[in-house]
Amino acid sequence: MEHTPPPFFKTGPTPLARLLIFSALSLALLVADTRFNYLTPLRQIAAVIVYPLQRIASAPASIARRIGDFFVTHSSLRAENARLTQERLSNAPALQQLKALQAENRQLRELLAARERVNADARLAEVLYAARDPFSRKIVIDKGLQDNVKAGQAVVDTRGVVGQVTRAYPWLAEVTLITDKGQAVPVQNLRSGLRGVVFGVGQDGVLDLRFMPLNADVQNGDQLVTSGIDGTYPPGLPVAEVSNIERNAAFIFARITGKPLAGVASNTQVLVLAWHREVPQPPGETAAQPKRRKGKKG
Amino acid sequence: MALRPPQPHEILLPVKAGFIAATLVVALLANLLPWSGVVLWIKPDFLAVTLLYWCIHQPRKLGFAAAWLLGLAMDIGDASLFGQHALAYTLLVYAGITLHRRVLMFSIKHQVLHVVPLLLLAQLATLVVRMAAGADFPGLLYFTASFTGAALWPLFVLVLKLPQQPRLDPEHPAI
Repeated sequence: MEHTPPPFFKTGPTPLARLLIFSALSLALLVADTRFNYLTPLRQIAAVIVYPLQRIASAPASIARRIGDFFVTHSSLRAENARLTQERLSNAPALQQLKALQAENRQLRELLAARERVNADARLAEVLYAARDPFSRKIVIDKGLQDNVKAGQAVVDTRGVVGQVTRAYPWLAEVTLITDKGQAVPVQNLRSGLRGVVFGVGQDGVLDLRFMPLNADVQNGDQLVTSGIDGTYPPGLPVAEVSNIERNAAFIFARITGKPLAGVASNTQVLVLAWHREVPQPPGETAAQPKRRKGKKG
Repeated sequence: MALRPPQPHEILLPVKAGFIAATLVVALLANLLPWSGVVLWIKPDFLAVTLLYWCIHQPRKLGFAAAWLLGLAMDIGDASLFGQHALAYTLLVYAGITLHRRVLMFSIKHQVLHVVPLLLLAQLATLVVRMAAGADFPGLLYFTASFTGAALWPLFVLVLKLPQQPRLDPEHPAI
């Protein structure tokens, strides 16, 4: 039924006109945001307004978790304590060796006049919620620009790489998980030293090692760690374990899939690594040019 | 379909603008709760259903601008594309305002049948935007939210109409 107000009432533009105006505005926003990334300041302002609501909405879950923590039984605490002591004992030799190895490594690097690896500065953040968007895999953490969390930083848990900060708001940050479709992580095979790039495919627990030739030296069970050549992820962090290899001569590349090692979708706390490596300027670019920012797909 | 004349007309109290705003904020909060897993797929878009309720029942009280701004808030909260929910809610409000006289002719049961396609329209707009931006089709389960939202319509009508019910106080016959 057409909604046509009698002409003698002043009612402003018709619904159809309003529909067109607001649809055009939405589409303009969509294009400006996804194609050109123009709207960062606008997003920041909107994020500050929405922030209190987000905190209120995530409060019940975190209160429930805290109450759950409070009622931990004595026996489970004892069991955990015993397990941790045992783990510490079993890790102790490795740690002692690590110190010696680090010293040796430093000396060798000095001998080779190689650049020293910079230790990343880690910051603990709590996962507020997984983004409620069926199209992408993201989590929202409770540290933002105010805590020096910036877009591009790597996010890890105790077992490996979880993802990358792709958008930082004043008190929150969005982390794109490595399983998000098209999210790339440069890796190195721990056994053979072969470098490659791992892509997310948009499913939980599946990663894709792409562009590896058919005869590439990759085996089931190989560990893939970050190679660090992108300057985003510090080198040597575990990313995935190769779980399936298909070598079909009909294709140029082998089909290699792996499982992420980190609990990508099941963490409550993660570490944000602020790691910055001085990358020499690529040849052909003059120093006068402004520094180009890293793309969001690291 | 049995087209009943509107039931013995209840005379409702006028709705307060503050109440509309409060319900919309509560619906936004409900959407921002940390849903996850299967529930995330099944849960209705509370804000969409609430918006639809108000633009069907009070088409002159709820503007496009409010719906559009709430859509932007959802986009920030959901880490989705900026403008995606805004577009969906704009379409929803237009459809609601255009059809409000027709929908109100029907009983609650039959109103649900109108609500399903309207919510589907909003979801379809989101889907088109995301697929144009390069996402995969997330599967038919994605559309469940429209059906659960429509199934909750009678509950929404019941709750949102409560403060408008005239007080049935025999000693102080109001109005």
